[in-house]
Amino acid sequence: MGEPQVFELLSDSEIEAVHNAALAVLSETGVFIDHPRALEHLAGCGAEVDAASGRVRIPPRLVKEALAACPSSFILYDREGREALRLGAREVHFATSSCAVRCQEGTAARPSRAEDLVRLTRVADALPEIDLVSTQVVADEAPKELADSYRLYLVLRNSPKPVVTGAFSEEGLWDMKALLDAVTGGRTEDRPCAVFDVCPSPPLKWTAISAANIMDAASAGLPVEFASMPMPGAATPVTLAGSVVVHTAETLSGIVLAQTVRPGTRVVWGGAPVGFDMRHGTAPLSAVEATMITVAYAQMGRHYGLPTHTYAGLSDSKLVDAQAGLETALSGTVAALARIDIIAGAGALDFVGTQSLEKLVVDAEVCGLIRRLLRGIEVSPDTLARDLITALGPGGDYLAQAHTRRWFRTELHLPGPVIDRLDRKAWEEQGRTDILARARERVEAILKNDPRAPDPDRAAELDRAMRRVMDTRGCPSLPFVGAAEG
Amino acid sequence: MVEEAFARLHEALLNADEEAAVKATRDLLDAGAEPQAILERGLTEAMTELGRRWNRGEAFLPEVVAAAEIFKTCSDLVEPALLARGGKKAGHLVLMGTVKGDLHDLGKNIVTAMLKTAGFEVSDLGRDVPTERFVEEAARLRPKIVGLSALLTTTMLEQRTVIQALEAVGLRPDVRVMVGGAPVTAAWAEEIGADGYAANAVEAVEVALRLAGAAAQDAGGRKADG
Repeated sequence: MGEPQVFELLSDSEIEAVHNAALAVLSETGVFIDHPRALEHLAGCGAEVDAASGRVRIPPRLVKEALAACPSSFILYDREGREALRLGAREVHFATSSCAVRCQEGTAARPSRAEDLVRLTRVADALPEIDLVSTQVVADEAPKELADSYRLYLVLRNSPKPVVTGAFSEEGLWDMKALLDAVTGGRTEDRPCAVFDVCPSPPLKWTAISAANIMDAASAGLPVEFASMPMPGAATPVTLAGSVVVHTAETLSGIVLAQTVRPGTRVVWGGAPVGFDMRHGTAPLSAVEATMITVAYAQMGRHYGLPTHTYAGLSDSKLVDAQAGLETALSGTVAALARIDIIAGAGALDFVGTQSLEKLVVDAEVCGLIRRLLRGIEVSPDTLARDLITALGPGGDYLAQAHTRRWFRTELHLPGPVIDRLDRKAWEEQGRTDILARARERVEAILKNDPRAPDPDRAAELDRAMRRVMDTRGCPSLPFVGAAEG
Repeated sequence: MVEEAFARLHEALLNADEEAAVKATRDLLDAGAEPQAILERGLTEAMTELGRRWNRGEAFLPEVVAAAEIFKTCSDLVEPALLARGGKKAGHLVLMGTVKGDLHDLGKNIVTAMLKTAGFEVSDLGRDVPTERFVEEAARLRPKIVGLSALLTTTMLEQRTVIQALEAVGLRPDVRVMVGGAPVTAAWAEEIGADGYAANAVEAVEVALRLAGAAAQDAGGRKADG
């Protein structure tokens, strides 16, 4: 296998052009930050700050220094402190999608509940194709003040895989840090098992919460994943190049804030690009332009030597149907060929607003196919098999050969039971199932197994930490959080 | 020693390890194990277990087909001793082949392997088998079942020719004929007077078991009549 090929849409000179445009935007136009603490801090670092308007103009020098301070790669650990994956190594990892507020039930969607997040997490945990679990849905039962920490609690309770999450308030980030410290025994900083998504508000704005989250995550040693959301023709220029400039400028401004608070903060060059449908005013994540923006900004991220992330391998369909399949497979494949470090999307429908357990297991099959594709073709004397071809001659049967037994498990990807490969007669006899029915069966089979909970001591620590958050926020009880002892 | 060699033979077949299987078979023969037991307890049971694993999705075609070939190698080793003691081969005999003019044999090989996992003894005539050869071998070996594979719409006509030839020499009442192959359908099987049709290898085993059971009953019936 040669060097992995990377699918690109920008030439080197075009990367340079985007870079220069973004630097000009940052130094001349600047970004708006809705947080006095951030403004004061950046002014102290040499940015040109207009406190009254909240406008921050960032000189190229600051950007350069901030980029130089970023680690080009870092390790994410699992809940138990074991090395799980390295970001920035041009290896593709799949994550479930986050942020949804609804769950699919049949053809309808209803508000998501704690039980849904538990089930989604348990299913994602059982799928080997999924590397990171996300706080996929909010629990409708939880008060707003602790909806973010409660999401994280439920995920940490049910899967050891690294977590993609994010805070909903300034305090929320500290609550979440406390949960992570509890479950990892205080190793949150040297063995991080979670990355925190922080989103600018396009174009070129940072809310008070986002700005605070960046600064606090940096000071707490938590990895930050920037998720700028270009929306061509609505929140960013309709031209894809212009949208990439805004994405670059927004993300660089976030990096400056993080690295000036604490140089060396682990950051991921991420994004959540969307399209903008000029008929319906909707923001489809599966628009092919959104995927193209992803490919281009991933080139920018790699140009800066940073790990990358995107939302892809998901669908805007309202059903687990053919549209869901084609959108998921296309954007997932393209993002993977662009060698994005974290591709988040499994389970998502409906502009990432709705999660489906069935779609999650279907999407894992897409991830499996993509993984095989990325492994490429191994060429060696044994794989060329010239001797074998000669020995068998015309009409040879390769099935019974030791060569076949030696290689078939690695060379041939075997999809799971969700993908139909039966002959028609067998398929008919087995009930003429469609993919949704088979996915439902797989979900049910997975949920029969016990979740991978933390060991009892850590679980008790985690419960205590969650109850402290609940006490502070005046919330007496929540599903799945055990009653206080004594 | 004997028990240990049986275990080795079993493992060797499950792992499609020809060398180990041959050695275990030789060790068993040297140790004076009953040839019938080597066939039934050693080889056939291992193939049956492999078939179960395949059904559960734990074993794959390359392993099953390879094990079936090893089964043949080992049962050939056992055969002289078996015949010397007046024993008989385990299981019902199936005569199998791809019909004249047809060079495909992958499907037939898979069915052959699967039948072996179900305890059948299979005599495989290969591909492009002339009609006369099917008739000669059927007369010589007296199989319970004749399996005819055809992968082309042109060669599937040969399946009818073989059936007619078996009728012409009077062998037809004593054998069950099953047909298969991509263009073959149940309707075609009925049209040409075959006894069974299977769409895939798993079904082929079911059909063969059914036909073998019916053949055994027939034989019993004839004996009672006579």
